[in-house]
Amino acid sequence: MSTETAAPAKPADGLFSKKNRKLITDPLNDNNPITVQVLGICSALAITVKLENALVMSASVMAVLIAGNMIISALRNLIPGRIRIIAQLVIAAGLVTLVDIILKAYVYDVSKQVGVYVGLIITNCILMGRFEAYAMGNKPIPSAMDAIGNSLGYAWILVAVAFFRELFGNGSLMGLRIIPESFYAMNGGGYFNNNMMILPPMALVIVGIIIWIQRARNTKLIEQA
Amino acid sequence: MNLVNIFVKAIFIENMIFAYFLGMCSYLAVSKTVKTAVGLGAAVIFVLGVTVPVNYLLENYVLKQGALSWLGAGFAEIDLSFLSFIMFIAVVAAIVQLVEMVVEKFAPALYGALGIFLPLIAVNCSILGGALFMQERQYSTIAEASSFALGSGVGWFLAIVAIAAIREKIRYSDVPAPLRGLGITFIITGLMGIAFMAFMGIKI
Repeated sequence: MSTETAAPAKPADGLFSKKNRKLITDPLNDNNPITVQVLGICSALAITVKLENALVMSASVMAVLIAGNMIISALRNLIPGRIRIIAQLVIAAGLVTLVDIILKAYVYDVSKQVGVYVGLIITNCILMGRFEAYAMGNKPIPSAMDAIGNSLGYAWILVAVAFFRELFGNGSLMGLRIIPESFYAMNGGGYFNNNMMILPPMALVIVGIIIWIQRARNTKLIEQA
Repeated sequence: MNLVNIFVKAIFIENMIFAYFLGMCSYLAVSKTVKTAVGLGAAVIFVLGVTVPVNYLLENYVLKQGALSWLGAGFAEIDLSFLSFIMFIAVVAAIVQLVEMVVEKFAPALYGALGIFLPLIAVNCSILGGALFMQERQYSTIAEASSFALGSGVGWFLAIVAIAAIREKIRYSDVPAPLRGLGITFIITGLMGIAFMAFMGIKI
């Protein structure tokens, strides 16, 4: 008789237990880092002109946030309270330096365009916010789940904004032409790119509209006047 | 003259908020009333004015390739620029902590006004952003770096005070419920950014 099949996994400890799943799904909508917690806006908006940049940025933030959350959480009992902000910043800075060097080595063109904003992942409020709010008080595995959820929540907003900006501003996605050349006015069509979309302020307006749509559907997020 | 140009350019043309989105988090979180916005804005000007020159010295005498040559010929080849993120953020965090303690000890009234904002500033993107732009643009003297820092600080101050004033007034308007608060603030900031773009064509 085998004993292995008999014991069902205890739900509370499973890697994908209900609690852990909630940690991942919550930040996608109800507790989205950008539209609800208002974290990490700085770097989010400046690099959304192209979809490719947005994907690279999201991947970088995800890598840094997962590693950082796990490290902080493992060290949470060793970091003295008074200097915890410096300790968190130094850990974040070390990880971001690694990401920066890797980006320069493998995707040099993107790294040139994303430029100073990779360095600014260090002060990306998502990092500090999640370190302070979650990793300092929880075990490494749930912290990693929290990091995955929050970086996915960050990523989908970035990708949504970049999608509209690149499609309407440039007529392409990921560098591939979506709107055919023959539609354009110079080739006899009647279509013009919306150059407004390329300008930085439009990113803010698009995020504003995303917030509007999200809160119209999810009415418990509406702020009391 | 060049210093004045850099200063004015940093305020209007290369405004931290409207052109680069730096420091958005605290800009959105602390702009509910003009009074707190003025406090945070003043603290940002101060911290930028202190940290950027310090980081400038660090960059030019320690981190840049060949910057260590003042130690002797053998050090002329060393390039420590891969350490710049860690060094810059450590300097920013340390100075913010130091300023907080000094202000608390010697100017309790000022501490009462600025105190709660100082820890927030260590993670304000515009401070580290100031240091990284300083590195990228390679200002030739420390005076240029300082005037860039002060200009950026003043630009940030103007932006946060302006949005706080608008938010105080907009409380009396009938904004659609899902757009209330955060959403409308984003859109107003976008419109203000478009207005600020009028400065872009100016060459100084």
